[in-house]
Amino acid sequence: MHVLADANLRLDASAIDYVLVAVYFVLVLGIGFLAQRSVNNSLDFFLSGRSMPAWVTGLAFMSANLGAVELVGMTANGAQYGVPTVHFYWIGAVPAMVFVGLVMMPFYYGAKVRSLPQFLLRRFGKFAHLVNSISFALAQVAQAGINLFLLATVVEALLGWNLWLSVAVAAVIVLAYTTLGGLSAAIYTEVLQFFVIVAMLVPLTIVGLHRVGGWSGLVDKIQGSSTANDAAAQLSSWPGSNLTSIGNSTLSVLGIVFGLGFVLSFGYWTTNFAEIQRALSAKSVSAARRTPLIAAYPKTLIVLVIFIPGMIAAVLSGPFAKCKAELVAGAAKCSNGYEPNDAIQLLIKDVLPNGMLGVAIAGLIASFMAGMAANVSSFNTVFTYDIWQSYVRKDRPDGYYLRIGRIVTIVGCVLAVGGAAIAMGFNNIMTYLQDLFSFFNAPLFATFIIGLFWKRMTAAAAGWSLIAGTLSAVIVNILGKVEVLPVSGQGLSFISAIAAFVIDIAVAVAVTAVTKPRPDSELTGLVWSLTDRKALRRSEASDDRGWYRKPVVVGMGALVLAVALNIIFW
Amino acid sequence: MTEEAKTRRTAGLFDLRYIIATLFGVFGIVLLIMGLVDFTDAAAAKTGGININLWVGIVMIVVAALFGIWAWLRPVVIEAQVRPEDMLTPGERR
Repeated sequence: MHVLADANLRLDASAIDYVLVAVYFVLVLGIGFLAQRSVNNSLDFFLSGRSMPAWVTGLAFMSANLGAVELVGMTANGAQYGVPTVHFYWIGAVPAMVFVGLVMMPFYYGAKVRSLPQFLLRRFGKFAHLVNSISFALAQVAQAGINLFLLATVVEALLGWNLWLSVAVAAVIVLAYTTLGGLSAAIYTEVLQFFVIVAMLVPLTIVGLHRVGGWSGLVDKIQGSSTANDAAAQLSSWPGSNLTSIGNSTLSVLGIVFGLGFVLSFGYWTTNFAEIQRALSAKSVSAARRTPLIAAYPKTLIVLVIFIPGMIAAVLSGPFAKCKAELVAGAAKCSNGYEPNDAIQLLIKDVLPNGMLGVAIAGLIASFMAGMAANVSSFNTVFTYDIWQSYVRKDRPDGYYLRIGRIVTIVGCVLAVGGAAIAMGFNNIMTYLQDLFSFFNAPLFATFIIGLFWKRMTAAAAGWSLIAGTLSAVIVNILGKVEVLPVSGQGLSFISAIAAFVIDIAVAVAVTAVTKPRPDSELTGLVWSLTDRKALRRSEASDDRGWYRKPVVVGMGALVLAVALNIIFW
Repeated sequence: MTEEAKTRRTAGLFDLRYIIATLFGVFGIVLLIMGLVDFTDAAAAKTGGININLWVGIVMIVVAALFGIWAWLRPVVIEAQVRPEDMLTPGERR
């Protein structure tokens, strides 16, 4: 991926910086060992014994998504496109997170399922369950491999470590704490990671802004270095044509609102088990509902310290600014070998002195490892409960599945290392796979949501709609890649997702019409109209009281915050 | 529920808040010292004159203290006694 001379990105890390990184590693491993003491059965291992407080699951929920791909990719978007990057957060995440907390979570938590595929099993039976379990497990392993590969490339560029050494060190650390402590260790580490990343990003933004003369200085520099049109596109969030590569303003806004804001983001946040698993580990239904709602606040705010550093990097670093000018002018690649993904690394190198540098390296490595740990900890749950226990070895004692879970964790990490090795050889394939995953959830969301609100929807309809929806997304995406369709970049992901969503619904309706629905009595607690939702939401825990803990209040607060910020950066 | 109330106990040292406090405490002290004794011209050139290690160090120590105080004032209470059938899904209940 990276042909740029490594020396351009190399940080002069000192002994002190390594000490700070080492302190972080020691604490993470310590969490693994301490968490192991509380693992007595498989539920402890896979769902933290459903005992986590809402602030912990909420930060983990947000943090599991704040992996390396997000951190590096979104600062890159900030550098290349500027302010429109905020749509990935205020349009493309917050509304969906509020929706999950208020509408979906009572069903997920109330059904006492241990995984989302298991919810599909209850609602639709084995066909859809098997399709979803297998595709989810494969996707998680591949993503863990991608995370590992990206970690290795960044560590190599920043510190000059050998690619394989970084892969091995990261895999062993993740393996150690997830095998020992299970989901609890993964969640605790994610919360720790969140704080370290904030401790990296906030000073980075403050120092960066100071260097360019504040926000107004940044605006001046961007206006001075590009044409009036390009500068305007970078400095206001709407219509975001530079982000979507859809020239027409109205269509661009529709693409963002419907493609990104509805299909992609609702798909991701409502059906991605790697996220939902964090909420399922909460100690009460109220805490589970508040998990995504609490997560929405840091999610809303963190983009400020992500896109602004990206923009700063593109004006502070000379060669990188030249690269950006070429990209904005329409080049596919920069002539000097830089790429937008270098943004955060360049800024760290340019503005952080030794000391803070160590914090930043720890933060970057932490986000890579946490991303991988989230993949691994959701993979082992789905593989053990939904594939092994459901279809291969049923009715064994619980200790057996706990043991299988630990073995599967090891297997998952080994497969991830294999995935990383493949990525090193064929990294175009990996980039492409990553693209695919970005809209894999769209058909799943369609199936979930129809299944929830339309009690007639049948088991066969669920299985076939999932298959048809996923295939249509892949086909549309390939048509875009070979330039049969005139869209590219982010716009193509939006359109693939919309296609998957529409085809999924069409197939679901068509197949339901010719197959026999399940009787109502089997669907209580799984379908909106057949469920006493008051009973589902009732919570007896003493620390769920107080108006400020009401999910509706927490959720509306997050929406108000996102709307207010949207107006400020209009 | 009265059964459970009797068996409540505190989670002791393995409270995530203490771990956060430890991390920020150590980071904060190291950065503070760096800021006090090693604010070089090279560092000042990078940050545009802000002694960022010093300031971040101070903030981290404050954050560490706040987490420590919070955990100390409001310890986690865990319910040790969970009825085994609670862990089963409804379908598995006998």
